[in-house]
Amino acid sequence: MSTHAATAQPSYLVDTGTRKGLVAWLTTTDHKRIGLLYLYSMMTFFFVAVGIGFVMRLVQLTTFQKLITAQTYNALFTVHGVIMIFLFVVPGLPAIFGNFFLPILIGAKDVSFPRLNLASWYFFMAGAILAVLSLFTGGGAPDTGWTFYAPFSLKTGTNVSLAVFAAFILGFSSMLTGINFITTIHRLRAPGMQWFRMPLMCWALYSTAWIQLLATPILAITLALVILERFFGIGIFDPAKGGDPLLYQHLFWIYSHPAVYIMILPAMGAISEILPTFAKRPIFGYKAIAFSSMSIAGVGSLVWAHHMFTSGMSGTALMLFSLLTMIVAVPSAIKVFNWVSTLYKGSIDFQPPLLFALTFIFLFCIGGLTGVMQGALAINVHIHDTYFIVGHFHYVMFGGTGMALFAALLYWFPKMWGKMYSKKAIYLSWFPMFIGFNMLYFGMMILGMMGMPRRYYVHLPQFHTMHVITTVGSWFLILGLLMFFGALLYAIFKGEKAEDNPWGGVTLEWTIPSPPPLENFEEIPTITRGPYHFEQEGK
Amino acid sequence: MSEHAEHAAEHPGYGTFIRIWVILLILTGCLVGVSHLGQTAAVWGLLTLTPLKAGLVFYYFMHLKYEGPLLKIVVLVTLGTLLIFFALLFSDVAFR
Repeated sequence: MSTHAATAQPSYLVDTGTRKGLVAWLTTTDHKRIGLLYLYSMMTFFFVAVGIGFVMRLVQLTTFQKLITAQTYNALFTVHGVIMIFLFVVPGLPAIFGNFFLPILIGAKDVSFPRLNLASWYFFMAGAILAVLSLFTGGGAPDTGWTFYAPFSLKTGTNVSLAVFAAFILGFSSMLTGINFITTIHRLRAPGMQWFRMPLMCWALYSTAWIQLLATPILAITLALVILERFFGIGIFDPAKGGDPLLYQHLFWIYSHPAVYIMILPAMGAISEILPTFAKRPIFGYKAIAFSSMSIAGVGSLVWAHHMFTSGMSGTALMLFSLLTMIVAVPSAIKVFNWVSTLYKGSIDFQPPLLFALTFIFLFCIGGLTGVMQGALAINVHIHDTYFIVGHFHYVMFGGTGMALFAALLYWFPKMWGKMYSKKAIYLSWFPMFIGFNMLYFGMMILGMMGMPRRYYVHLPQFHTMHVITTVGSWFLILGLLMFFGALLYAIFKGEKAEDNPWGGVTLEWTIPSPPPLENFEEIPTITRGPYHFEQEGK
Repeated sequence: MSEHAEHAAEHPGYGTFIRIWVILLILTGCLVGVSHLGQTAAVWGLLTLTPLKAGLVFYYFMHLKYEGPLLKIVVLVTLGTLLIFFALLFSDVAFR
């Protein structure tokens, strides 16, 4: 892979056009700036939802129930879910790091459709604003849970229509980003960048983009039907009119289960970039990881009804979807084995991104294996809609996607801002984060096994001790998050200047200056080998 | 033969389009007819005749017949995917 010396172009952070400051950022078509626009907006939403989660935990310390009513509690868990899922976890890694790094990783100057890329961000913001508006207008914040299950979502007087419309708009943002990434990977790879020379992050983004493009319209149509049903009573999902509420669940999960893979695949891609760099050796099983991304995207689209095992589906469907669910664990396990094998006999350089990548693997394994448990019908029936489910999906979503996002942020931070953070501060933030995370979410799984149902405002006395433990865990977790982002914010403004390649990485982003120049490369590089060749680098 | 003439030769005349339109009208009539034969007949009628109608529109009106094999394969893969989704959905609906 050819390397490039310093470039004469200015950094992308410098305003070079006629527009300056905020206007320049809001009208930019540069993929790196759009990536940062997503990052800043998503982190804002993330902390709002964290705050809501914090209040929800406080409610379980019963003294706080004087402040929060049961109806408000229903609104809180709905809004927490809607913000976290639609505004943070689903768009998270692809929109931030996909936008910023995909063109750089394949040796391109930008994405295929830069203006469409900016339009995607505006769709995202429009959806987000509508979602926030739905809290304070109409009949008040939606109280259905983020799944908007019919027939309750058709009947409730709260502001479901606007919230559903917000999700509809957010879907457009997701689809447009998907189209952009697919086209970029097909059309803008540098000369010599064959498919199997692409970094694995690109494979992950490619498979994610296909799911975004193919699955999101199903959600969009389903949500449009909910709106039509609420306004015109067309009777598709309403059993009182001969409709089928289970059809809603099917259609919702046909999108929303693949959406889990939209969330986790780019996270897996980022981990596949981080591990070789800090093990100083090529990734083990490159093709197996690349193909497992595609097979997760494929098989993962066929397992949706395992979210509906207690809904009253037919026995045939129960058995079929249970079997398919077991199968999807195979490509996920392939990735984990390959990551661990990459570390085996590697020359480990233990740095903050590796710490968070290893944390991802540990927590994702707990989330994944408890998912396989729930794929088994007999277990699922007992723990369905309990705190066990809540604990499990937080292990996958937060322990998986969240930790990978943090790992990716730490890994690419020096490249994105040209600054280096305090490694000591990051290590210090990890301890409360890790301890608090496990107290909170493992505690929830124990509560679920004990029989505590999810989404309940009150609990029986026998659950109280575990509720206290999980709530204290949430405080540790939030403390860790504040320390983590505090350290990064400090580094953006006051951090030391970072080297162009502080980790000794060998993919294309490490061959250009930090922060990257406006058009990424002085001249488009010619690729002559695969992405992870450390031996040849003499490392 | 000029390129334009070659291109025109690949495409059907108005006669074909009118014949397809008449077939579509007949199929629509059949659909209306089976809807009066009870719910089961109506559902199966919809599931068989509607894709047939859509197929004719795709094949002639949208010129799929005159496209290369790649586009035809893409359409077939899409239809295959849709059928898989239908089959999985029917594993619930048909046996509930």
